[in-house]
Amino acid sequence: MAASEALAIELPHESPSARAWRRLLARKSAMFGFVIIVLFVLIAAFAPLIAPYDPAQQSWTSIRKPPSLQHWFGTDESGRDLLSRVIFGARASLLAGVVSISIAFLLGVPIGLLAGYGGRWIDAVIGRITDAVLACPFLILAIALAAFLGPSLQNAMIAIGFTTTPIFVRLTRGQVMAVKVEDYIEAARAVGNPPMRIALKHILPNILPALIVQATISIATAIIAEASLSFLGLGQQPPAPSWGSMLNTAQRFLTSAPWMAVWPGLAIFLAVLSFNILGDGLRDSLDPKER
Amino acid sequence: MLPFLGKRLLQLIPTLFFVSVIIFGLQQLLPGDPALAMAGEERDPAVLEQIRRQYRLDQPLHIQYLYWVGGVLSGNLGESMRLKEPVLTLIAQKFPVTLQLALMAIAISLAIGVTAGVISAVKRGTTVDYAVNALALWGISTPNFWLGILLIFLFAVHLGWLPASGYVSPFEDFWLSLQTTILPAFVLGNSFAAVLMRHTRSAMLQAMGSDYVRTARAKGLAEPVVILKHAMRNALTPVVTLGALELGTLLSGAVLTEQVFSIPGFGKLIVDSVFNRDYAVVQGVTLITATTYILLNLLADIAYVLINPRLRS
Repeated sequence: MAASEALAIELPHESPSARAWRRLLARKSAMFGFVIIVLFVLIAAFAPLIAPYDPAQQSWTSIRKPPSLQHWFGTDESGRDLLSRVIFGARASLLAGVVSISIAFLLGVPIGLLAGYGGRWIDAVIGRITDAVLACPFLILAIALAAFLGPSLQNAMIAIGFTTTPIFVRLTRGQVMAVKVEDYIEAARAVGNPPMRIALKHILPNILPALIVQATISIATAIIAEASLSFLGLGQQPPAPSWGSMLNTAQRFLTSAPWMAVWPGLAIFLAVLSFNILGDGLRDSLDPKER
Repeated sequence: MLPFLGKRLLQLIPTLFFVSVIIFGLQQLLPGDPALAMAGEERDPAVLEQIRRQYRLDQPLHIQYLYWVGGVLSGNLGESMRLKEPVLTLIAQKFPVTLQLALMAIAISLAIGVTAGVISAVKRGTTVDYAVNALALWGISTPNFWLGILLIFLFAVHLGWLPASGYVSPFEDFWLSLQTTILPAFVLGNSFAAVLMRHTRSAMLQAMGSDYVRTARAKGLAEPVVILKHAMRNALTPVVTLGALELGTLLSGAVLTEQVFSIPGFGKLIVDSVFNRDYAVVQGVTLITATTYILLNLLADIAYVLINPRLRS
């Protein structure tokens, strides 16, 4: 008893979020991912200031020029500057990643809470609907949705958000099931807290770390999904730049202008890699038992 | 085993019901008059009338659904507006192509993923382990359509070793078929290999720390025998079933891979149908892939129970 009291006095108080942040800072790969993401966000936010040219400006005298001092990444089939288009393309990708996962999060978490904390029947019905959406292969359902809604970046984000929702429903439900038998939830119930308050004030804060990790990793998947839909012509519509549609065009000029295929792909790869390694790092720092 | 099978089969009924509701519900998303949207450029009143009759668009929604589901259950997925052929016939024509691609992708990803996962676990904490992990992260983060384009540039445009696109059936010319499908199969299997590698590594690490591996070592067995005969055999059981759960990703990946390599599988069928507003085909392909995925999951579950003696009892 005396030893534990002494230990309690010696240890400085550290909140769970501060501890997680300290652990995250100690992980070099996660910090690398974080820095790259911050860079991408800055590039997207200040695109008009950073981009050397207007991304839609065509120049018939500079069609398919290889990388040079004037055009660091070269030019495309309409003489547009590829560096400027890659910079502006970051907007569509990051926006799609964040917006679609916000949709999935805002839909999936309340439904998951309801499934985990509601009755047996609610859980069973939500479970079967979740199974049904998960049974439809992610991209095929997103393509079908984007096709019926009409091709646009906004509809691509809705399609990706809807198809990602079951992942958050399942994760939230699983976490709620694990947490709701804990003593502090029993105590909250015993003192007469209503179910809604218990779910929002006691359960949600405790399952949030796992949801944040999932959201980070899902943004990576959403960026690939948006690029895939744009590659197929179902996402961002021309002439607005997007990495996926740039790759679609690049494929037609592979023999005469191979550089057109390099930069947008590299940008997708870097963005996705950064979110993946940040997600891995967050998982380790928020819950070391997960690994 | 029988109660388990019965319970699993019963669970399929509501799942399949909700799948059918979702896929039927897609056509409700069409803006304006669905008959006009489905007809595309066609404005002939007779055609519009035929569409309204075919899809029972003048009936209440639940009646439309019942007719649609009744048709699906009797093998009628509708007719392609563009190709004027039953959707099921079109899918049956394209399915073998996608199946060949998927099977080759699975073979490639098993060979790469399992081997790399075992090596990574055995060499835990070494440079080899880090390199394999980095490779897996690369595999997961690389969009397969970009990888496809880069490989076409390298092997078809630059080196001229393989054709850039197209497809030849193995029954027509086996070697030419192999040449046309090896790159797309590798591209399709790439991220799947990365996922398998991660599963294998973690299962192998668990197996290597188990009592039976310690006993095998204590008996004086050679390390390769311990790894291959004792640890790997046990570690691969969950890997195979977890791998089966990733098959949906493979089907999604096939859409992009077939588009990049111009392979006439059902991934290309759905994309072509989207641009031709051939909605019955889009619905049909989505329904068939979802049903295939559900059945594969069921088979994976049964296989898991059959392989694992502790669950069998």
